[in-house]
Amino acid sequence: MRKIITIHSPAVLVANANIDTDQIIPARFLKTTSREGFGRKLFYDWRYGADGGLVPDNVIDSQLYGPDSLQRCSILVAGDNFGCGSSREHAAWAIADAGFMAVVSSSFADIFRNNALNNALLPVQVSAGFLAALMSAIKADPELPVDIDLPAQTISAEGAGTEVFRINGYKKECLMKGYSDIDYLLAHKDRILEYEGKHAVPSGAKI
Amino acid sequence: MKRTLFDKIWDAHRVMEIPEGPDVLYIDRHLIHEVTSPQAFNALRDKGMKVFRPERTFATCDHNTPTLHQERPIEDPASAEAVAALARNTADNGIRYFPLGDPGNGIVHVMGPEQGIILCGQTVVCGDSHTATHGAFGNIAFGIGTSEVEMVFATQCLMQAKPRQARITVDGRLRHGVTPKDVILYIISRLGTGGCTGCFVEYSGEVFRDMSMEGRMTVCNMSIEMGAKGGMVAPDETTFRYIAGRRFAPSGEEFDRCVEKWRQLYTDDDAVFDKEYRFDAADIPPMITYGTNPGMGMPVDAAIPDTAVGCDSASFDKALAYMGFRKGQRLQGFHIDYVFLGSCTNGRIEDFRAFAAAVRGRRKADGVTVWLVPGSKQVERMIEEEGIGDILREAGFELRQPGCSACLAMNADKIPEGKYAVSTSNRNFEGRQGYGARTILAGPVVAAEAAVTGCISMPSACLSS
Repeated sequence: MRKIITIHSPAVLVANANIDTDQIIPARFLKTTSREGFGRKLFYDWRYGADGGLVPDNVIDSQLYGPDSLQRCSILVAGDNFGCGSSREHAAWAIADAGFMAVVSSSFADIFRNNALNNALLPVQVSAGFLAALMSAIKADPELPVDIDLPAQTISAEGAGTEVFRINGYKKECLMKGYSDIDYLLAHKDRILEYEGKHAVPSGAKI
Repeated sequence: MKRTLFDKIWDAHRVMEIPEGPDVLYIDRHLIHEVTSPQAFNALRDKGMKVFRPERTFATCDHNTPTLHQERPIEDPASAEAVAALARNTADNGIRYFPLGDPGNGIVHVMGPEQGIILCGQTVVCGDSHTATHGAFGNIAFGIGTSEVEMVFATQCLMQAKPRQARITVDGRLRHGVTPKDVILYIISRLGTGGCTGCFVEYSGEVFRDMSMEGRMTVCNMSIEMGAKGGMVAPDETTFRYIAGRRFAPSGEEFDRCVEKWRQLYTDDDAVFDKEYRFDAADIPPMITYGTNPGMGMPVDAAIPDTAVGCDSASFDKALAYMGFRKGQRLQGFHIDYVFLGSCTNGRIEDFRAFAAAVRGRRKADGVTVWLVPGSKQVERMIEEEGIGDILREAGFELRQPGCSACLAMNADKIPEGKYAVSTSNRNFEGRQGYGARTILAGPVVAAEAAVTGCISMPSACLSS
């Protein structure tokens, strides 16, 4: 997995609360058995009309790309309760594949948060007050750089100030070193076998 | 130390604790379907590994499957390949698979309990947010992402931070015509669509004690719609009776031994929850939603409010604009285009009984398209065995074949742009039931009333009581 240490970038702002994973990636794009290429489908119905044509000045493309069509943002700033609804990891894949390294909100749905962490996409949970100030600052200056420092656990932007965010120590180390949970679990297989030995299959099902 | 039901199950499944990190939890039951498993199988194959404990995983196809002509090949090539990949992957790894048309096939959260795969006091996961359903049996059941599906395949374990805990108590008796769906829509409308984020919920009180297993599953299923990690009901005689005799459940003396253990699955008196909510059953009316998240709910006969819990005013206005509604508007008498009965929320036999009882002797309204989709092959069989199919056909309805169907419209069952659907499913998100589709969530009785009147109507059972 990629490593995350610091991020310095302008941000794409999607201010609505309760953005669900059906908005992030509609279900009709989940039929593929691969995990590649979902970035092009990110927020699809916000970007493309019923005829499949790109909606001019849509909220995503107008912010994500500069005048030279090059991507300018690797931070997504979103309203409260981001990523609610379906467990589809395709939502985290789409955001990461579109080039984002962090999502900032005042809260994240639990499954989305885990999915993000498992894809080296940093969920930065900030206070409602800081989020409101950050959103105002970005609206006033869409080029405003936002700084995220994972070792220091801080996020800062001019006009919004600096806030310390929380992340558990284990997950922080995983992100900074590019480790994944599955490697950790596989390295502790002996403990899993020990557990199975002690707990004589409490489920009791006929299999 | 006083412990909650959740604490007891969590502690019994903790393999190890990681300093400053999550716990490693052992997983008893892993359910899989064709949408969220293929990438996990691919990753496992890339590592040169096989599924570690295949006997603990059970597979069904449900999301991509058609609800007409299931005996024919699936028309959409991408859907066909997703289902074919599941067949290959389960065969390669020795996982039991209930393919399309199999008597055990159905929506993963309907067929799992029906087959006796889901017991009590277990950890149950699935790459599907409605896994919360299985908390109805007193389990820690929650949805996971595909990376986590891969972890369970590889190690039968997951790394999880212990969530906070909430208890929702509803005492009293429900009014006539009020269903479990109304109960959970009411609760979500009061707490908001993110009201229980970070929490695992235990439902307690007379209302849940009096509920059937089907009703408890409907309630627990929608725990995720208020952000909860999952929801659970302590097991009791109703639970044990449901499990007894099912195909994969223990039997004979082994079953009796299990029941003895399961009787210990309750929250100790004086155990402390992080949050406590109480509601009175008598206050709960038949409910509908008017917006684009499940927290935007109201009584069938109410006017659309000015605000919703956990929804800022811009998001609220955007939702009403999408729905084509305005603040203060009453929806009773509002004409709708589609009715959908089904899904892992309301696709069980009890839902079809309730729908049939409400439409018996009446006629389907002209101009309304009605999709009645059983949650599983077993529900489909019971519908005919109990004579429900005849009642429905006499009233002008047709039954379709089992699957997730219009709940998320991955197959051909899509609500057209701009059309209104009264749906017994779980999500009214923008575009969820089809591009531009407008979803009004409701229980099976309100859906039945809409199917015979063509508009949002108060159930006749409520008017007469």
